Amino acid sequence: MEKIKEYSVPVTERVVRLREALYAQMPRIEGARATLVTESYRETEALPIITRRALAFRHIMEKLPIAIHEDELIVGSATLRPRSSQIFPEFSVNWIEGEFETLATRPADPFEIDEPTKEAIRRANAYFRGKTTSELAASYMAPETLTAIEHNIFTAGNYFYNGVGHVTVHYDWVLKDGFLGIRHRAEEALSALSVSDGDYCKRSEFLRAVIISCDAVITYAGRYAALAEEKAKAERDATRRAELTKIAEVCRRVPANGARSFYEACQAVWFVQLVLQIESSGHSISPGRYDQYMYPYYEADLRAGKITSEAAQELIDCFWVKLNDMNKCRDAASAIGFAGYGMFQNLIVGGQDAEGRDATNALSFMCLEASMHVPLPQPSLSVRVWNGTPDAFMMKAAELMRTGIGLPAYYNDEVIIPALMSRGATLPEARGYNIIGCVEPQVPGKTDGWHDAAFFNMCRPLELVFSNGMDAGVQVGIRTGELRDLDTYEKFFDAYCRQQEYLIGLMVNADNAIDVAHAERCPLPFLSSMVEDCIGKGKSVQEGGAIYNFTGPQGFGIANIADGLYAIRRLVYEEKLVTLTEFAEALRENYGKPLPAEYVYPAVLARAEELRRAGKRVGEAEIAAMVKEGMNGTSDKMKAARYQKLLDRIAELPKFGNDDDEIDALAREAAYTYTRPLEKFKNPRGGSYQAGLYPVSANVPLGGQTGATPDGRLAHTPVADGVSPGAGRDSHGPTAAANSVAKLDHTIASNGTLYNMKFHPSALAGRAGLQNFVSLIRTYFENKGMHVQFNVVSRETLLDAQKNPEKYKTLVVRVAGYSALFTTLSRSLQDDIINRTEQAGAK
Amino acid sequence: MADSIYDVRGRIFDIQRYSIHDGPGIRSIVFLKGCFLRCRWCCNPESQAYEIEKVTVDGKPKIYGEDTTVGAVMDEVMKDAAYYRRSGGGLTLSGGECLGQPEFSTALLAAGHEFGITTAIESTAFAPFEVIEGLLPHLDYYLMDIKHVDSEKHKEFTGRPNELILENAKKLAARLGNRLIIRVPVVPTFNATESEILAIARFADALPGVERIHLLPYHRLGMDKYARLGRPYAMAGIVPSPAGLVEGFCEAVRRETSLECILGG
Repeated sequence: MEKIKEYSVPVTERVVRLREALYAQMPRIEGARATLVTESYRETEALPIITRRALAFRHIMEKLPIAIHEDELIVGSATLRPRSSQIFPEFSVNWIEGEFETLATRPADPFEIDEPTKEAIRRANAYFRGKTTSELAASYMAPETLTAIEHNIFTAGNYFYNGVGHVTVHYDWVLKDGFLGIRHRAEEALSALSVSDGDYCKRSEFLRAVIISCDAVITYAGRYAALAEEKAKAERDATRRAELTKIAEVCRRVPANGARSFYEACQAVWFVQLVLQIESSGHSISPGRYDQYMYPYYEADLRAGKITSEAAQELIDCFWVKLNDMNKCRDAASAIGFAGYGMFQNLIVGGQDAEGRDATNALSFMCLEASMHVPLPQPSLSVRVWNGTPDAFMMKAAELMRTGIGLPAYYNDEVIIPALMSRGATLPEARGYNIIGCVEPQVPGKTDGWHDAAFFNMCRPLELVFSNGMDAGVQVGIRTGELRDLDTYEKFFDAYCRQQEYLIGLMVNADNAIDVAHAERCPLPFLSSMVEDCIGKGKSVQEGGAIYNFTGPQGFGIANIADGLYAIRRLVYEEKLVTLTEFAEALRENYGKPLPAEYVYPAVLARAEELRRAGKRVGEAEIAAMVKEGMNGTSDKMKAARYQKLLDRIAELPKFGNDDDEIDALAREAAYTYTRPLEKFKNPRGGSYQAGLYPVSANVPLGGQTGATPDGRLAHTPVADGVSPGAGRDSHGPTAAANSVAKLDHTIASNGTLYNMKFHPSALAGRAGLQNFVSLIRTYFENKGMHVQFNVVSRETLLDAQKNPEKYKTLVVRVAGYSALFTTLSRSLQDDIINRTEQAGAK
Repeated sequence: MADSIYDVRGRIFDIQRYSIHDGPGIRSIVFLKGCFLRCRWCCNPESQAYEIEKVTVDGKPKIYGEDTTVGAVMDEVMKDAAYYRRSGGGLTLSGGECLGQPEFSTALLAAGHEFGITTAIESTAFAPFEVIEGLLPHLDYYLMDIKHVDSEKHKEFTGRPNELILENAKKLAARLGNRLIIRVPVVPTFNATESEILAIARFADALPGVERIHLLPYHRLGMDKYARLGRPYAMAGIVPSPAGLVEGFCEAVRRETSLECILGG
């Protein structure tokens, strides 16, 4: 296979123009899809749901407004205005109308919306109210689950309100045989059925839905061909006219048929990528191993002299631009959790082939180059690393990293391949893994991983141990005992484990309820047509049609738990500096410190409610006193001094992230309290649960709903992200921090772990800087780390960007498993990124 | 004499991991306490006295200096063994001045070689050559400061003349060749002119085998430590050279000598 040592070509003017055009306007909401899906649903009420979905999909493919923009070579947009969002009322309706007036001004991910669009959405919502996956899911949840959600123990918001996405389909099938080929497979499967089979009705209905969907996407591409022809006729510029004619020819050919050229392959993959998102509203639909399935088309064209590497690069760059054209409007709370208009289209390069040989090829390099040419958040570019990964490739990736874009993220084959095999994948399948969304590994084309199933805040069960399961006067957790009875550390730790396990069970209940709701109300025939073995099984992905089925909810806050458990063990049980009851009081009073202003009133209301439920009278005077204490901290000087002493003592204790074996072992145990109990649960698709350890960006908002923790973290501040050490607590440099993180068991967290590191640009200066950076990554992986990602932007730059956002419109930073434009993030998330420990290398 | 090199005792004040500017690859720097010079711009004033110093930082007591053994130091240093293996890195002794504790330094470097990692020292070479010679069998890279070629000025700003240093540089070059790397702190009011830097560079260029010179821009990061130690900061009011000035010196060095000149570590 051809290897490139040094690859660099200049970006073309076209790509620069396309890039700029994307950001010329603010994103907006468009109402066409909501209207179309409603029109179709009204007509099909008597039909089976899978058929209704296929017919609605066809209606959208036939009628959704289309556009071909100036300069485009790869065409197809979900919206008329770039980076805008359609609405998907079949998943949830209630949030958006309440947010119409704030959509354009909200801090995270604003969208413009005009009056006719609001009206269209109101009409769609009126039809769908009571019929959404969200409402059905809620009705399936146990009362205690709903209580736990209300009390922010976990959030299952992702699929509760949206489509699932989180999949990599068989792009290679479409490239090889086109949708006519897939349609043919469905027809064959249909003809192989016997009408007397017990499951004939469901299977045949599904297969017919696949056939309708294949025809629909071909129709959609045909509309682009027609539009291109029409535009070509009107075009005066001969060069552009030729381009448009070519576009028309390509769209006539693909994705109906297999691709015959690299150009056709690029367009076919984009149609799949685009239409999957139009069908389902899901995010994290990930192109996967693009360098692998595209390579044969590139190589053939190159050999035949039909393409130059420069021309191929421009097509890849155009595909990159299109990935950034895709957008999604979420409710305000979710927008904070996925801040930065995250679409999480993870595209991964490098790694091994099915036989264990290095698979890095020319396209792997060209994809890195594309992210230099199109330095935007999409795709979430990832790199697979194994012992045989060429150094030249690692250096090229490090060069991209040095640009400060936060890409690529690095994944360790040596951990992920065994992790997937431990969940049932064969060795060749595991070697072919790709990453979904942020950090979630899976076997492409065969898996419904339900990867971002929920965020589980591991600090909340700890809080509930201190309150014997009570939160704001409500019994949310189980009764794990009065504090005075937890007279040994073992008893305390056991109480934490039991509390956690109970709440994990409730989260499973929530996820399974949502899972069933998607199967019953929103099966996706188009998506299912490209996932193995839906056609063979005759059922959709949502009903368990994939070969591998998982549910992967994320735990986060390991560093807080490890540091907190350590503080309790040392200060309460060993040194007896404070009693557990005194510690509980310190936590409840936020160590005597003021609360962040925006949390004062909610905290006071919760506390008042708690007192009322306990039968105490809470009058205006009490409320005023509580507000004052919330704003200013405790007024009791003795208490303040006592709390300060406790905080100082906590600060002196060892912390996770400094290569200290004792506390690192505690962190490993802390992670197991989440990862192990989860493994025993099953989902409705016949698969099992597997844990992830990463927060996307939810550690900030969910930290906002968490009281003070025994590691000295103050109330309502962010919880530690992913498997990273607490912000600013890893004071022994990046190798010590990476060693600590590598001591966790990453293999069991087979839904992915996320480790954020931040480097000052000076640490990557010169060739030696890059080499040392590469050595750091390779060594972390040698030590069995699973994933690592970096921000290479100086603190000064970020602070300046906060002050002068207009100067930094295209400053891309790494958030958590994805990159986003810094200025589009909320202030608190910006602060969280700035506060991550910055590693400069010792001076 | 201790029975094993691992029992040899010495005094350090810090160990910094992931040092990437002081020798090849990823390294850990062990800072030894005590120095022969008193450079006015020194960014580690706590390194100068051999005595252990107690100070107050933000109202809390802090101790500069710790007596330890080679074994204990190597336990910490070898936590990053895997990184050294990947990057060709290893152990760097800095200070203070490691030549001030020759037995300890020799044992540390020997231990580094026993573990199979590369060794380096950052040193002024202000010591009798016999002392330096004892370290050489276990030393891979010598990062040697030459701060000025004019002895008077050297003495004025560092407390010591430079004849011994320059003499040792010649002897070291004969023994180490390109494993001797010259480093120059570029300090305004002391040597931050093109002619002074070039004079040092020409001296280095004339040393047989020496190929590399590093220019290290002056910074004020050590300023707060002076206050803590209750010492006046002799460089108060001196601002770091404007960006580009030292880069200009680098270019001049590259132009005027055959040395590879690197800005920063």
